[in-house]
Amino acid sequence: MENAAFLSWMAWTWPTAAFFLFIFLCLVGMSVWEYYSPGGTPRHGILGLDTTRGDRLFISLLGSAFIFLAWLGLVGTPLWGPLAIALVYAFAVFKWV
Amino acid sequence: MNKTVNQKAWFFVLPVVLLVAFNAIIPLMTVVNFSVQETFGDNMFFWAGVRWFEQVLQSERFHAALGRQILFTAIVLLIEIPLGLAIALTMPRKGPWVSVCLVLMALPLLIPWNVVGAMWNIFALPDIGLLGRLINGLGIEYNYTRQIFSAWFTMVLMDVWHWTSLVVLLCYAGLVSIPDAYYQAAKVDGARPWAVFRYIQLPKLKYVLTIAILLRFMDSFMIYTEAVVLTGGGPGNATTFLSIDLQKIALGQFDLGPAGAMSIIYFLIILFFSWLFYTLMMKDEAR
Repeated sequence: MENAAFLSWMAWTWPTAAFFLFIFLCLVGMSVWEYYSPGGTPRHGILGLDTTRGDRLFISLLGSAFIFLAWLGLVGTPLWGPLAIALVYAFAVFKWV
Repeated sequence: MNKTVNQKAWFFVLPVVLLVAFNAIIPLMTVVNFSVQETFGDNMFFWAGVRWFEQVLQSERFHAALGRQILFTAIVLLIEIPLGLAIALTMPRKGPWVSVCLVLMALPLLIPWNVVGAMWNIFALPDIGLLGRLINGLGIEYNYTRQIFSAWFTMVLMDVWHWTSLVVLLCYAGLVSIPDAYYQAAKVDGARPWAVFRYIQLPKLKYVLTIAILLRFMDSFMIYTEAVVLTGGGPGNATTFLSIDLQKIALGQFDLGPAGAMSIIYFLIILFFSWLFYTLMMKDEAR
């Protein structure tokens, strides 16, 4: 990445680029999902909140970030454990919240 | 009824998207990139993985700074929100005193942060400051440069002086917008002042109070300039809040990696609390 002078100040790495690409693809995926199968209007979930699909994505991503941080603070690396928990958590959020 | 599909409006959002990209998203991405690397300057970076996150999350120093930050924000919110609401309730709604009160209330908000810090720094000095001399004159030992409690007291007092006005102005705007018919109905029913407050004013103020709590939470959680000018984080580390600690790591020690990791954790905490407050307070609105 060093040869791209324009971007070198941002100090890009492949893993961080992949991370942002993943978030971007999530947003695109949500748009495509909503286009082909509308149903993103708010619904009343188990937390007593009215959430849209976008809200649930936000709750999933933010919660996952805290799952990873908690794991790093309490256990450390490797991070397969929190990845599994985060995936289960995101699934649960989309299913029931 | 057929809905017209017209997606051209999206183009009107484009300037905002570009602005947010340049002032928020690109810097945030850069911080994320810093947080997984080590640098010794000269734009040379070395991969470090999640080491900085581990280091920050497991450090006593971070826990202490976070604890102080949460305590400060909690104290400030507990004082400023009820006080601001109380002042707004006692302010006149009609007559020439309205402008006088509003201008007086707006004055602290117009003063730059570093000036507020400098003012309170001098005002509270135990030997020449008015407040410091007064408190010491009452027989209470007070020196914010040496005593932890005095430093916290001064810091909270300064923040209350600077920002309660914001809560007052927001609540006042909310109060003024309540139609007279509500009060007339309350009068017909013979409602006492407390009932008027509890069942008319407070529910109508819900949204401005949401905004006030959110703004005060975010601002006090990110307090930097006033605290640095007033105490510089001292005595010892007694008033070293997260932002001050972050600045010491990022610019004092030039540890961009740990500072990046700390920034992201800091950002996520603010994001979480802002979402929580907003969601809890807007919960009933959707129904």
